[in-house]
Amino acid sequence: MRWINTRPSKGAQLALVLLPFLLLVIAYAFGSAARLAENGNDKLLPTLSVLADAINRMAFVADPRTGAYLLWSDTSASLVRLLSGLGISTVIALVVGMLIGMLPYLRALLAPFVAVISMVPPLALLPVLFIVMGLGETSKITLIAIGVAPTMIRDLALKAIELPREQIVKAETLGASSWQIALRVVLPQVLPRLITCLRLQLGPAWLFLIAAEAISSDSGLGYRIFLVRRYLSMDIIFPYVVWITLLAVAMNYILDRISAAVFPWSVLEKPA
Amino acid sequence: MSELRIEKVWKEYGDQIVLEDISLTVESRAFVALVGPSGCGKTTFLRMLLGQEQPTRGTILLDGEPLPPEPGPDRGVVFQRYSVFPHLTVLGNVLLGKEFTAARYRAKLFGAAKREAIEEARHLIAQVGLAGSEGKYPSQLSGGMQQRLALAQALIMKPKVLLLDEPFGALDPGIRAEIHTLMKRLWNETRMTVVMVTHDMREAFTLASRVIAFERRRDRPEEKIRYGASITSDISIWPPRLAGTPSVFSPDRDGPVAFPGQRQDDLASSGDKA
Repeated sequence: MRWINTRPSKGAQLALVLLPFLLLVIAYAFGSAARLAENGNDKLLPTLSVLADAINRMAFVADPRTGAYLLWSDTSASLVRLLSGLGISTVIALVVGMLIGMLPYLRALLAPFVAVISMVPPLALLPVLFIVMGLGETSKITLIAIGVAPTMIRDLALKAIELPREQIVKAETLGASSWQIALRVVLPQVLPRLITCLRLQLGPAWLFLIAAEAISSDSGLGYRIFLVRRYLSMDIIFPYVVWITLLAVAMNYILDRISAAVFPWSVLEKPA
Repeated sequence: MSELRIEKVWKEYGDQIVLEDISLTVESRAFVALVGPSGCGKTTFLRMLLGQEQPTRGTILLDGEPLPPEPGPDRGVVFQRYSVFPHLTVLGNVLLGKEFTAARYRAKLFGAAKREAIEEARHLIAQVGLAGSEGKYPSQLSGGMQQRLALAQALIMKPKVLLLDEPFGALDPGIRAEIHTLMKRLWNETRMTVVMVTHDMREAFTLASRVIAFERRRDRPEEKIRYGASITSDISIWPPRLAGTPSVFSPDRDGPVAFPGQRQDDLASSGDKA
C-alpha cells in the first residue's frame, strides 16, 4: 500500500498526537538532570519538582507583600487588555471591512489607506503610544488594536468582495436595499470568516500584549516574565509561558466551537 | 401585463462591440429562449434585461417604461450557480423576498405577518416539489433541488419577467427533464414573461414559445472586434404555445402539465450529499 493511503487507527492517532508533547517533557527532564549533575545551583533548567513548587507559590499562595495570588491577578490583568484590544479590533474590522467590501466609493477611499496602515510595524509605534497616551491601559489596548485591526479589515473586505455577484444581484431582484443586503446577505456570510480571522490574530495579539507589558506595566503575564528574568527565575518563566500557550489554545478552541454552533451551514459547506 | 420592448440596443466594451442593433418585442407571457454560440452576447443581453449592465445605445422598455439602471423586484432571476443563499435554509431562502419587502430596516418578520409569509412560502416550496426539505441548507440539496429552490425564491416576488441564465445547464439529463416539466407548469400557472439563455437547442425547442438565435454575422478574426452579434433567426414555435392554454394539436407536449409525483433528484435521506 502507498504511504499516502495508510491511516492511523483511533488509538494510534491519540498516541501520535501525544508523542511530541511527551518527547518535549522527556527532553527537558534529561537536559535538566544533565545540567544539574554538573552544577547543583544551575538555574537555567530547574527540575520538574522545582517547577511544581514555583507554580504552587505563584498560583495558590498569596504574595506576602500585596496579598494577591500573582498568577491569577496577572492573568486577569492580561486578559482584560487582550480581550478589550481584540474586541475593539473586531468591531472596527466588521464595520469598516463590510463597508469597503460593499460600497465602491468607500473602497476607493479606504482600501489603499488600510493596506498602507497595515504595513506599519505596530511595535515601532509603541513609544509614540506611550508618549501620547501615557503608560496606562489605553496605550496597551491601542497597540493590540493597531496591530490586529488592519489585517482583519482587509480580510473581511476581501471576503465581502468574494461573495458571488450573483447573490447580490439575486437579493436586489428580491427587492433588497443596500442596508438589507448588508444585514441579511453579507453580514451572516462574513461572520464565520470574522471568527476564523480572530483565531489567526490571537498569536499577534498576544505578541503585542507581552511586548507592551514587558516595557511598562505593574501587572500582567508579560510583566511578570520580564520582571523575574532579572533573577534568572526560569522556574517561574517556564510555567508562565506554558500557561499563556494554554490560554491561547483554549481561546482558539472556544472560537472554533462557537463558529460551528452558531453557523452550522459554514461547516456543511466544507467538503467532507 | 409584462411586455418587453428592446429598441436598437448596442453593447460595447471599449472598442469591442458585443451586440449590435438588437430590436425585439417580447409579448406578455411569452417564453423566449435565447440560443447561440459561446461568447455571442446572450448572457450580456440577459444582464441588460436584468439591469446589471446598461446598453451602450438604445433603450429597453418594460410595459412602456424604461428599465431602471439596477436590478429590481419586477424582474426575477435564476443563475446557473450561486442563486441561493448558502447561509439560509430552504424556507429562509424563499421567505427572504417577503422579509425584504415587508420590513424595511430589520428585514425580518414577526408574529402574524411571519406566519402568513411562512404559509405562502411553504405553498410555493411544495409547488416546486421541495416539501419536507424546508429546514435543510442548500449545500444539503442536490443541484436540481437547488435550482428548484432558486425558482421558488424568485417566484415569491411575483415578478413580471423571469430571467434564466442557463439555469439547467449543470444538471444531468434525467433531472433536467423533470425540471423542464416543472418549468413548463410554472410558466403556465403564473403570469410572467420568461426569457431563458441556453446552450441546449433541445431545451430551447421543448420549453419556449419562441426561439431567438444570436450570432456574429461577420466572424473572421480581423472583423471580430468591430462587429457584434445580432439576431440571426427568430422562430415562433408552431403549433403556437400559449401560457395557460393547452395546445389543440398536442396537449401532452405543450399543455399545462400535471404534477409528475416522485422525482429522481429527491433525496431519500439527505445530509450525506453535502
